[in-house]
Amino acid sequence: MTRSGPSQGDPVARGGLSRGDLMAGSGLPLGETVAGGGLPREDPVACGGLPREDPVAGGGLSRGDLMDGSGLWQGETVAGGGLPREDPVAGGGLSRGDLMDGSGLWQGETVAGGGLPQEDSVTRIGLSQEELVSRGGLWRGDSTDGSGLPRGDSTVGSGLPRGDSTAGGGLPTEAATTRSGPPREGTPARAANPQQDDPVPRTGAALGAPVGRREGLQKVTGAARYAAEYPLPGRAHAWPVPAAVARGRVRAVDTAAALALPGVLAVLTPDDAPRLAAPDDATLAVLQSPDVPHRGWCVALAVADTPEAARAAARAVRVTYDTEAHDVELRPDHPDAYEPEETDFGVPGQVEHGDPEAAFAAADVRVDVDYRVPPLHNHPMEPHATTADWDGDRLTVYTSSQGGTTVRTVLAELFELPEDRITVVAEHVGGGFGAKGTPRPDLVLAAMAARRTGRPVTLAHPRRQLPTTVGHRAPTRHRLRLGARADGRLTALLHEVTTYTSRVRDFVELAGVPARVMYATEHLRSTHRVVPLDVPGPSWMRAPGEAPGMYALESAVDELAHALAMDPVELRIRNEPDREPDSGKPFSSRNLVACLREGARRFDWDRRDPLPCSRAEGPLLLGTGVAAATYPVQVSPSTATAQALPDGTFVVRVNAADIGTGARTVLAQIAADALAVPLDRVRTEVGRSDLPPAPLAGGSSGTASWGWAVHEACTGLAARLAAHTGPLPAEGLTVRADTTGEADTDSPYARYAFGAHFAEVAVDTVTGETRVRRLLGVYAAGRILNARTARSQFVGGMTMGLGMALTEGSTMDLPFGDFTETDLASYHVPAHADVPDIEADWIQEDDPHLNPMGSKGIGEIGIVGTAAAIGNAVHHATGIRFRELPLTPDRILGGLLSER
Amino acid sequence: MTSENQLDPHSEITLRVNGKPHTLLVDHRRVLLDLLREDLDLTGSKKGCDHGQCGACTVLVGGRRLNSCLVLAVTLDGGEVTTIEGLIGDGEEPHPLQQAFLDRDAFQCGYCTPGQICSAVGMIAEAAAGHPSHVTDPAAPSGRPVPLDRPEIRERLSGNLCRCGAYPRIVEAVEDVIR
Amino acid sequence: MKALGYLRPGSVQEAVEAFAAHPGARYLAGGTNLVDLMKLGVESPAVLIDIGRLPLNTVEELPDGTLRAGATLRNSDLAAHPLVRDRYPVLSQALLAGASGQLRNAATTGGNLLQRTRCPYFQDLDKPCNKREPGSGCGALQGVHRDHAVFGHSVHCIATNPSDLAVALAALDARVELYGTEGTRCIPAADFHRLPGEHPERDTEIRPGELITGVLLPAAAAGVPSAYRKARDRASYAFALASVAVVLHVADGVVDRIALAFGGLAHRPWRAHHTETALLGAAATPAAFEGAVALELERAEPLRDNTYKVPLARNLALDVLNRLTPTPATL
Repeated sequence: MTRSGPSQGDPVARGGLSRGDLMAGSGLPLGETVAGGGLPREDPVACGGLPREDPVAGGGLSRGDLMDGSGLWQGETVAGGGLPREDPVAGGGLSRGDLMDGSGLWQGETVAGGGLPQEDSVTRIGLSQEELVSRGGLWRGDSTDGSGLPRGDSTVGSGLPRGDSTAGGGLPTEAATTRSGPPREGTPARAANPQQDDPVPRTGAALGAPVGRREGLQKVTGAARYAAEYPLPGRAHAWPVPAAVARGRVRAVDTAAALALPGVLAVLTPDDAPRLAAPDDATLAVLQSPDVPHRGWCVALAVADTPEAARAAARAVRVTYDTEAHDVELRPDHPDAYEPEETDFGVPGQVEHGDPEAAFAAADVRVDVDYRVPPLHNHPMEPHATTADWDGDRLTVYTSSQGGTTVRTVLAELFELPEDRITVVAEHVGGGFGAKGTPRPDLVLAAMAARRTGRPVTLAHPRRQLPTTVGHRAPTRHRLRLGARADGRLTALLHEVTTYTSRVRDFVELAGVPARVMYATEHLRSTHRVVPLDVPGPSWMRAPGEAPGMYALESAVDELAHALAMDPVELRIRNEPDREPDSGKPFSSRNLVACLREGARRFDWDRRDPLPCSRAEGPLLLGTGVAAATYPVQVSPSTATAQALPDGTFVVRVNAADIGTGARTVLAQIAADALAVPLDRVRTEVGRSDLPPAPLAGGSSGTASWGWAVHEACTGLAARLAAHTGPLPAEGLTVRADTTGEADTDSPYARYAFGAHFAEVAVDTVTGETRVRRLLGVYAAGRILNARTARSQFVGGMTMGLGMALTEGSTMDLPFGDFTETDLASYHVPAHADVPDIEADWIQEDDPHLNPMGSKGIGEIGIVGTAAAIGNAVHHATGIRFRELPLTPDRILGGLLSER
Repeated sequence: MTSENQLDPHSEITLRVNGKPHTLLVDHRRVLLDLLREDLDLTGSKKGCDHGQCGACTVLVGGRRLNSCLVLAVTLDGGEVTTIEGLIGDGEEPHPLQQAFLDRDAFQCGYCTPGQICSAVGMIAEAAAGHPSHVTDPAAPSGRPVPLDRPEIRERLSGNLCRCGAYPRIVEAVEDVIR
Repeated sequence: MKALGYLRPGSVQEAVEAFAAHPGARYLAGGTNLVDLMKLGVESPAVLIDIGRLPLNTVEELPDGTLRAGATLRNSDLAAHPLVRDRYPVLSQALLAGASGQLRNAATTGGNLLQRTRCPYFQDLDKPCNKREPGSGCGALQGVHRDHAVFGHSVHCIATNPSDLAVALAALDARVELYGTEGTRCIPAADFHRLPGEHPERDTEIRPGELITGVLLPAAAAGVPSAYRKARDRASYAFALASVAVVLHVADGVVDRIALAFGGLAHRPWRAHHTETALLGAAATPAAFEGAVALELERAEPLRDNTYKVPLARNLALDVLNRLTPTPATL
């Protein structure tokens, strides 16, 4: 009897359903589940007529199997013989002998996975690892590029499920577009119901399957540990003291009262904190100087036995300042504004083609509008936290980070330690959305406090300190000028952005960049002006640049459609470029039109009355809106290892960060297919710096970067195993891959994911309260590697976009120099009640120019354009164009009243 | 009751947590959340905001869902607490809601998840006990169980923020369990 | 900084005596605001007097028909109580429009009335606030004040009272029952909260050491049509930008009972006396409502950032008045 209160034995509280009921209740015959959700890309037509294994036809799992399988894909189901495996080896589990022999595994799995003649397997096995690698893993692009290999070879050599590789092999992008239209009746691209009970994907078909999260059980039972949850013996707690002035110098820090409190161990100040080497990112030079660059900057750090004592001590620290006048107001005419030539990652700050001013002036139809996006805060649910532990000159940190490898590098620099003396653990990360992309002060402060006190120290930032401490999306002001011919063809596109940066670290919110990608126009300008101010440092927040930029651009496009009396979907289609407008490069794949058309179909767009104010329900005005989305394909070099163990299992190791994307799961899927082994044989280890170094989970590039290395390691391992004779040694066989030189090569293609967002809103004319009723996103993002977790990421991005549109906004408090909305009661992250049934789906896209998996990033595109779709829907509902986010009741009501 | 001027800043309390009795000397400033996380190493209850603004710390106290970050531990002397770790019964089987969250992929980073699940357990019981919500028709008869349609579920779970945007899946998970 | 003492008295009398013996003490019940403010450092009591278990958690009907809701009754229980829902829907609705399920399970009747403003300057120890630190100035006046008062503010404080419950109680002509060293007394709920004037540090008329023991809901308002409506930045779990509580009875097309209070507009629930006076005995028509509401709202003194509150309050009031009028007056 461990449950308390009303839940005890109460059938309602306990659900009243057994698990079997739940599963049986899903109502989906298994075949459909597998066919619909598990293998979204196995369209026989698309696959060029290759025979494929139809899981239904193959007998597959009965529903009973599923229930017996307890919904867990591991082992149980396999052991239960439920797999429709024509291959007795794979289905029945590999014997040790098979594995050691090697051939049984390789051949058997290949057959099972690919359905190709065995001869092909043999041929392939003849390839050396180098050959495999040198052919880029023999992914589709190679075939296209004329590697000369027969199609079958490239398919199997890649270790990818045959359907895709084959389909992509030689099919031009346009073909992919053509066939990626609406799914055929009754066979959606993926299951509508995510309750998949984790079907066991067939060997070789793990990629794309809606496989459940490997750490899921830990997360739902509370067993997953986050950075502040390592109860090391003697652990102390630290609490930062934020600067109470926006600009100046610390004159003195009086720690006497704080140190006199019970349980207080130390107070670190700019005078006495350990000296650090100068970091690349000056944000991390905390307590190194008395200068105060912005309000909220850490000026002292209290360390105590308990969180309560640390909090009390921080409050008892008395800091006096020499205060200087501060300047935190973003004004476009600010005399210090500058125009950056080059910004993060070498992206130019200014781009101009043709003569945009003249073209705009000569245009038949012109739109010249200003849009504003306020500061926005990432606010991951887990506040930034680090637990640091020194053992002599060895440092271990448990930290909430999107990239543990960088954490180690930074610590090594700052504390002047060899990297091999530093261990970084980031096993579970409670969200980041960019704010944990690179180390933030909590890491450095915790390590300093631990060194000072000689005890392990946890620093978990109080929520109220996050807005000034961990970065935010800088506010942006946009001037959009669109010139078009009467037929809707754009003749000029000018997107001029003004934003701010801090005096600590240069950061430019590159909101003008999407204008260089989206629409065909000869005369293009995309510029940024940046005002350095005494503000807390802005940094990455989900889709930096794209999110605010596409809000403004896609709103302006809607305005143009209105001015032209043209359907906004059609207007976008009419301006579809055949090459990237800025670079002139061909797109590796661009299926924006397919997304728009499919979204329009599903949203019943053709039944929409284009006239604003055309629908009402009592006091509610209803409207619908559309906006496009884009996000660049990014990928970085990574390392990874793949190990085959004598017991027939495999371990893939890479210091990836699982920030909620399901990295463990998708990497296992990549590995399983590359090895052509059942998914449950593969274990993934991520989140520790003693694993092979890897880039961060950011820029929607994590899976591509890590997966590429995993794929390469596994491909190599498969080749080693094929060549191996005799039993495996006790330590197994390990192959290490490093994609440096491959993943970082310039592509001759412009590579982007695209999408279309459709929104329906209801605007209450009594209060101005606006709620989203429907939200649909349709994406073309390359190959979707896990239908279940991918959908969650898309929906998550859209939800954040909904917040950006309606509820989220921060206000610079000009007299004081920080934000007014510092907590979750005042900064309104959308709550359950704000979020309707959001639908996210994708079209099939085969792009041979990406990476061995054929994937594009999916973590950020969901937020791009969502706010514009909602804002455009508000215009459609009200007839009023609101050009400043968020669309809160005060603004909406004000607009409604002034229109009266 | 005496009224010395110098009162002890600590008190000894007893508390049943997930069925297990504990006797602890607590700092009067210590909230239940920190007691669970720091004293009992039950870190499933999360600290998202520490001010009752996110719901990640939601636990069941005497069967009712509360923000454990705002409950001083000393006030719970003699009380009974169920956390996410305690929802798994005597067996190894996850609670139906935990299973439903898995089935629906009703989380990503997982940090709000224990609070969402505990909140849902408490919320389902409240509706069954006839507690109305902001979206319940005022004309609905008082004292009767309130059917949980989607607007009801959303409203009643609105005290649990999720930044990853798993809301639609969470609602489905709750529906799976109450249907 | 003093160590924090803790006392759990066994009776209301003991509680009041404990307070008298410990200057700087605070009564603690649900803790949803006090513990929050202690963590922020806004409150730093020397002693907590835990009244959460005192037998003040019932709803009882007094012989004259008054409903007495105990001070430590949890908001969720008060909102769900059948007598409250059936007789005073505005009260139930106001409670359910506030906070979250978890918070309502902890927050109490008395604590809800005593919750402090959510003004961000009040909550930030590093910014001036006359309410928190008399004489330090009002940061909001020059700073950001979109959420602040349009009625009854002073140069010393422009904060609003965040309670939804208090707005409903004001409209119901409820009374707040207090117990102190001088015995029991009652204050009309509409007068319980003060205007800031020169002493914004004083939120209410409560005297030091006095304890709220309950609220009294008058029999006269029982069963009279009433409703609460709140506008906010997100669909749930947010404080009011503006709200309105209305108790309205119309007989033969004529208003014969009217009480209207606004929330989110002032340092206390704002009873719209000008509206009420104009409407009592008048025909219950949309035009009459509009004119009467305007009479009140034309007296508003909005600030730079919050002019929207006036039309918002008007729309809320008209919407609820019209909805509560028996025959659809909007046809």
